[in-house]
Amino acid sequence: MFKLVKIALRNLLRYKRRTLLTSSLIAVGVTFVLVFVSSSSAFKNLMIGQITDSMLGHIQVHKQGYMASIDSLPLTLNLSQKNMEKLEKAMNSVPDIKAYSPRIKFAGMFSNFMETTNIRVNGVYPDKEEAVVPLLSGRVKQGAKVIKKGEMFIPELLAKGMDVKVGDTIVVIATNRDGSVNGKQFRVGAVVESVTGPGGRDGYMHIEDAMEMLRMDQMEVSEVAVRLDDFDKLHRVSILLETALSDQVNEAGKPVFDVRTWEDLSPFYNVSRMIEIMTFFIKLMLIAIVLISIMNVMIMAVFERIREIGTMAAIGTKPGKVLYLFLIEGFFLGLLGTLAGIVFTSAATYVLNAVEISFNFGRQTGLVLSPRLEPGQIFLISGIVIVVSILAALQPAYKASRMEPINALRHV
Amino acid sequence: MSLISAQDLTKIYVLGEQRVEALKSVNFSVEPSSFVSFVGPSGSGKTTLLNLIGCLDRPTSGSLTVAGTETSSLSRREAAEFRGKNLGFIFQDFNLMAVLTVYENVEYPLLVVQNVAAAERKDRILTLLDTVGMLDQKDKYPDQISGGQKQRVAVARALVTNPSLVLADEPTANLDSKTAFRVIDTMHKMKDELGVTFVFSTHDRKIVSEVETIYTLTDGMITGKAAGKGGSHV
Repeated sequence: MFKLVKIALRNLLRYKRRTLLTSSLIAVGVTFVLVFVSSSSAFKNLMIGQITDSMLGHIQVHKQGYMASIDSLPLTLNLSQKNMEKLEKAMNSVPDIKAYSPRIKFAGMFSNFMETTNIRVNGVYPDKEEAVVPLLSGRVKQGAKVIKKGEMFIPELLAKGMDVKVGDTIVVIATNRDGSVNGKQFRVGAVVESVTGPGGRDGYMHIEDAMEMLRMDQMEVSEVAVRLDDFDKLHRVSILLETALSDQVNEAGKPVFDVRTWEDLSPFYNVSRMIEIMTFFIKLMLIAIVLISIMNVMIMAVFERIREIGTMAAIGTKPGKVLYLFLIEGFFLGLLGTLAGIVFTSAATYVLNAVEISFNFGRQTGLVLSPRLEPGQIFLISGIVIVVSILAALQPAYKASRMEPINALRHV
Repeated sequence: MSLISAQDLTKIYVLGEQRVEALKSVNFSVEPSSFVSFVGPSGSGKTTLLNLIGCLDRPTSGSLTVAGTETSSLSRREAAEFRGKNLGFIFQDFNLMAVLTVYENVEYPLLVVQNVAAAERKDRILTLLDTVGMLDQKDKYPDQISGGQKQRVAVARALVTNPSLVLADEPTANLDSKTAFRVIDTMHKMKDELGVTFVFSTHDRKIVSEVETIYTLTDGMITGKAAGKGGSHV
C-alpha cells in the first residue's frame, strides 16, 4: 500500500500544474464554505444569545393554553402556587438547569400624569431574572442595574415617547383577574434598551409590586423562564422536563404544563433555520465542485496513462491495486485542497475578526461578527471533501482497473 | 515436459461484420531454458501468439498450457496472478513507469505484485541491475537514460521475479544495432545463468541470428521451424 501511495503522489507531482489547479479549486471551495459556515454560525449564535440572554431564556414553562392567548397576557391562565411547587420540584430533578425565573406578566396603562399609553410589564425577582437573562442589566441605558421595589425599568421607546426620565414618578394601572382596576405609583429606576423579539419592549418591576398591583394573595406566575448550564443540551433538557411534568394533568386529563424552547417562542428561529438550509446548499455546491473537478482530472489521468495501466496489468498488478492507485490519487487531491482550504480559511477568519465587522439587528446596533472556526465544522467539511474526492475518482479508477491489458498496451 | 504447449490454438477477431483469423490451429511447444523466436511479416500473428502465451488475451479455441497451467480458461484476476508469478515482459517501447526511478521500476513487481521482503528485494534488484550494467544509473528516472539503457532496465524488471518465461515483443525495434546487440547479449546471458526461457516476436535479424529455435508464422499459421545458432552463444 505504501508503494501505491508513493506512486500516486508522484503521479500527482508529474502533472504539477493540473494538480495545483484542481487542488486550488477545491481549496477555494472549502474556504468559501468554511468562511460562510463560521460567519453564519457566529451570526446565528450571537443572535440566539442576544434573544435568549436578553429576555427569553432558553426554555419557558407556561400553563397549558397560555401561549394561545399570549397576546392578551391572560391572568386567568397563570400557574398557581401549587402548580409552581410541582414545577420547581420537577426542575430541581432535571440536571443541567442552571437557573429559573418566575414572571408575572400583565398588560396595563402607563401614565406620566399628562399622557397615558399601553405597557406590558414583567414582574420578576431581580436576582433570579438576572441569573436567567444576564444581558438584562446590560440593556440598561440609564439608571440602576437592579430592579428595586417601588421602581420600574421602562423600555427606551416608551421613555422617549412619554418624555420620562430616570427618577421621574409614573403611574401604572392594571386590571386584576377579578376585573377590578388598581393603580400604583412607581419611580423610574432605569431606561432599558429595546431588543428585537417577543418581550423585547416590556417594562420590568419587582414581582412583589406586581402581586400588589394585581391584588394577588398568593403568587400566580404567568411563565417561568429557564436557563441551562449548556445550551447545546436544550432539546434533551426540554424533553427531560416535559417527562418530569408529564404526570401533571388537569381534570380533563390534559397536561397542566406547556414546556417550550426558545425555538417555539422566537421568530428568529425561522431565520436560524434558513441559515442552516443555506449552509446545506452551500455544502452541496462544494460537493459539486469537488466531484466535477476531481472526476475531470482523474478521467484525464486514466486516459493519458492507458499504456501505463496496461503495463502494470501485464506485469501482474491485480485490478484491485490499479483501482486503489487511482482512488489514492483522488484522495490526495481532495486532501491537498482541503488542507490548503483550511489554511486560507484560518487567514480569512483572522482578517474578519481583525476588521471587526459590525451590524445592526432590529434595534440592536453595533453587534460585532466574530467568526470562529469550529473543529466540528472543519472535520465535517474535510470529511465531505475527502469522501467526495474518493467517490469522484471511483468511476475513472474502476474503468482503469477493468481495462483489458492487451487493449491498454495497444493504445497510442 | 514442455514449458509451453499449444494445440489447435485459434484466435479470431470479430471487427464489426468482419472475422479476422489471426491464428489458425497453431501447434507448437517450447522447452524450458530455451531461446525461441517467432518470426514473420506484419500481420502474420506473432504478437497475437505472444499475447496469448502472456495471458493478455484468450484464444477463441484450442489449448494452451504455460508452465503447467492451462491458461485459456483463467479469469482476469487469475491471469494477473499467473503473469505476476510466472512471466516477465519486455516491450518494444520499454514501458517503464515514468514516475519511478530505475531501481523502483525493477522493484515494482517485487513490491506490488509479489510482496517480497525488503532485504531479499534489495539484494535481487542490485544483483540484476549490476548484471544488466545499470547499477550506476539506479537513481535516474526513465527520461534521464537512453533507449538501450531503458530496455536493459526492462530486462531487469522482467527477470527480477524469477519467472520461468520472458516474453519479448520486438525488444530491439527501437534500438540502434550496437545497443540492440548489447540487449540481446544481456538476455542471452540471463538465459544461460538463470535458465529462463525467452520467447521473442520479432523480424529483427540480429535476434533471429541469436536464438536456438525459429518458428515462422505466415497468415496465422506456423509454416516453418528451424534451429538457430543461438545455442552456441559465447
